[in-house]
Amino acid sequence: MYLALFLIFGGLCVAGALNLLFQRHPINSALSLIVVMSSLAVLYLLLGAEFLAAAQVIVYSGAIMVLFTFVIMLLNAGREERTHGSKAAYAVGIPGAAALLGALVYIFLSNGSLLGPTLLGASWVVPTVFSATLFHDLLLPFEVTSVLLLVAILGAVALARKEH
Amino acid sequence: MFSGSVVPVSWYLVLSAILFSIGVAAFLIKRNIITVFMSIELMLNAVNLAFIVFAHRWHQVGGQIFVLFVMVVAAAEAAVGLAIIIAVFRARNTLNVDQVDLMKL
Repeated sequence: MYLALFLIFGGLCVAGALNLLFQRHPINSALSLIVVMSSLAVLYLLLGAEFLAAAQVIVYSGAIMVLFTFVIMLLNAGREERTHGSKAAYAVGIPGAAALLGALVYIFLSNGSLLGPTLLGASWVVPTVFSATLFHDLLLPFEVTSVLLLVAILGAVALARKEH
Repeated sequence: MFSGSVVPVSWYLVLSAILFSIGVAAFLIKRNIITVFMSIELMLNAVNLAFIVFAHRWHQVGGQIFVLFVMVVAAAEAAVGLAIIIAVFRARNTLNVDQVDLMKL
């Protein structure tokens, strides 16, 4: 059951990411990225990270991707055209990414017995532990992120404003 | 070990590596500035998955905390980045990264 869920949603993740890569129109890429992020939320649930699964759906596939689709529609972005730059990028990008993937997969699979298994329902990081760490031990970094978000909002408004 | 109720940690890490590599490829290949930005988000998500797997495996809360901070920074980054994209589009009237190669507007 656990293995089946992992294979289904892991496969959905990879399919969505490949669709992002191969679609020419940005709105199709954005929608397939939403599929990737929602499937990742299910994988987080399987790994016992309930709070982060909810945050993934709300923040990533909710807020951030709505912002992306909003900007794509606002700017009326059309299909991307092939240029000289894209030929060079194909020549470098595909082998480079394939080499990176090969190296990472080789390292992970050759150390697979060292890393061990994951069990379903065997979570030690319950939300109480998570919130106690976040709001007690790491209170200052947590407050600093609120300042970061405030600065980001002000920066976004200042940058996107029309100049007179 | 492969009885159906157990998934090896390395499989999750391989999935994370696949997503990250697709993100790198999309970052290099895509010519639309918004899609390039989306592939950065894909890479961040791949790394988040690796963090959560390690947090689960070694019963540490630190990995999940780090993912939360990555999400916050990604939200701030998306807001500022999309505002910059809108400003670039106003100045250049294009979204092609090949035509956005000067720092000045």
